[in-house]
Amino acid sequence: MKAVAGDDSVCVFEPREVCVPDTAALDDLLTTPLDALHRELGAKMVPFAGYSMPVQYPLGVLKEHLHTRSAAGLFDVSHMGQADLVGENIAAALEGLVPGELQALKPGRIRYTQLLNDDGGIIDDLMVARPIDGDPNRVHLVVNAACKDKDYAVLKAGLPDAALQRKDDHALLALQGPQASEVLALFDAGCTTMPFMSLRPATINGVEVVVSRCGYTGEDGFEISVSAADADGVARTLIDQPNVEPIGLGARDSLRLESGLCLYGHDMDDETSPIEADLTWSIGKRRRAEGGFPGEARILKELHEGPSRLRVGLKPVGRAPAREGAVIEVPDGAAVGVVTSGGFGPTAERPIAMGYVATEHAKPGTRLHLIVRGKALEADVVDMPFVPQRYYRGSK
Amino acid sequence: MTDTRYTKEHEWIRVDGESATVGITDYAQSQLGDIVFVEVPDAGKAISKGGEAAVVESVKAASEVYAPVSGTVTEGNAGLGDAPDTVNSDPTGDGWFFKMTLSDAAELEGLMDQAAYDAYLKEIDA
Repeated sequence: MKAVAGDDSVCVFEPREVCVPDTAALDDLLTTPLDALHRELGAKMVPFAGYSMPVQYPLGVLKEHLHTRSAAGLFDVSHMGQADLVGENIAAALEGLVPGELQALKPGRIRYTQLLNDDGGIIDDLMVARPIDGDPNRVHLVVNAACKDKDYAVLKAGLPDAALQRKDDHALLALQGPQASEVLALFDAGCTTMPFMSLRPATINGVEVVVSRCGYTGEDGFEISVSAADADGVARTLIDQPNVEPIGLGARDSLRLESGLCLYGHDMDDETSPIEADLTWSIGKRRRAEGGFPGEARILKELHEGPSRLRVGLKPVGRAPAREGAVIEVPDGAAVGVVTSGGFGPTAERPIAMGYVATEHAKPGTRLHLIVRGKALEADVVDMPFVPQRYYRGSK
Repeated sequence: MTDTRYTKEHEWIRVDGESATVGITDYAQSQLGDIVFVEVPDAGKAISKGGEAAVVESVKAASEVYAPVSGTVTEGNAGLGDAPDTVNSDPTGDGWFFKMTLSDAAELEGLMDQAAYDAYLKEIDA
């Protein structure tokens, strides 16, 4: 028996460009401030983006996934890059590198956008937040772990007058799931009514943290930025709650796939435009009218005329999952695309996938073939997400 | 008399006279985690030692199951289609993958017996 696809030991979650069989000694890997806790909890640790990270705990990927959807899960995402960008009128300046509407961001509000190259390809996707005090000369950033160095270089080159302040002395925890809000409320009641995509300072057992209401699971949830020194204590406090389980990268991947969320390096890369990636919603109205971001010509053309390929959801008809790399064909045998993420959705209780297809085959309901081990699996193009997103939309 | 042998790739083969049953070990299922799909070979398929014979998929990965010895498949375990998790709960019993006839019983000599496999597991977990 030998893994042939999607095995974590050959870095399933890793962006392709840095995905090399890991020959480096495990000692060369970085660790997060929660490393001792992961080991104590019996996590299976794997190399990911240069870090030793928990892929699963004894509960296992399937139950970790289901627990997050039914109660609350705590994820260590400290490998992600947290930084502040400081410079005069920084939101307007940063708009020169991304297509998101940043100038209209209110204090304490967060926006999802993409760093673009001159061809309109995605260098990375990231979160940008306006500080709670409304400081016009500072934004908070969270970028992908594997893209940190690349992103910081792009930001420095593109914004030579701004200062990048890395927060490498901070951990990032994600508390996700329908009960995440009531768990946080045990420590800081103010978190329960935070709008989706906002941040605020909070206190957990006397420890000062910054809480953002966002995540990567499709559920209501929070990301908690905490100093490295306090991270272990805060994590232990949260997993001590009876409805909170620690969740590894394996379930993080199946949760985001069910929710139709892109994984950088897999579902988008430096050749993919935000329009092709079906992220048009993340480009502000003013930005569409004014342009002023890298690759503007391509992106505005695709906006008006439609892209040649599009990211779509795919539902295999049978029980066999199709994994990343499976070729997508029309029933007469012509190749029209490729699967970029695929597997089994524990909540969907079926195989699910996403991939890129030529736009003429991207309409929901289109029957396509996914080529798995030389066989054609029937699959239908479907709207995503595969499982309804349940973000907080205000008190009912 | 039955005799169970093991491969380094964590398949087991239980030989009973001319025929044998093949599956993956408890160690293999625990490494894979929650199994969500199994593809077994059809009766009549000729398989050769070390060649791919079946596929097993967990939430996070697809893996190939290799033929421990050469021969012909006589039955694939149809029950795994609807209940692939049987491989997790009973890997050496109801979670068997396929039955086969052996074309060269001498190939069994190269496989590990229970004691050798137990020692092998200790070695790779060390």
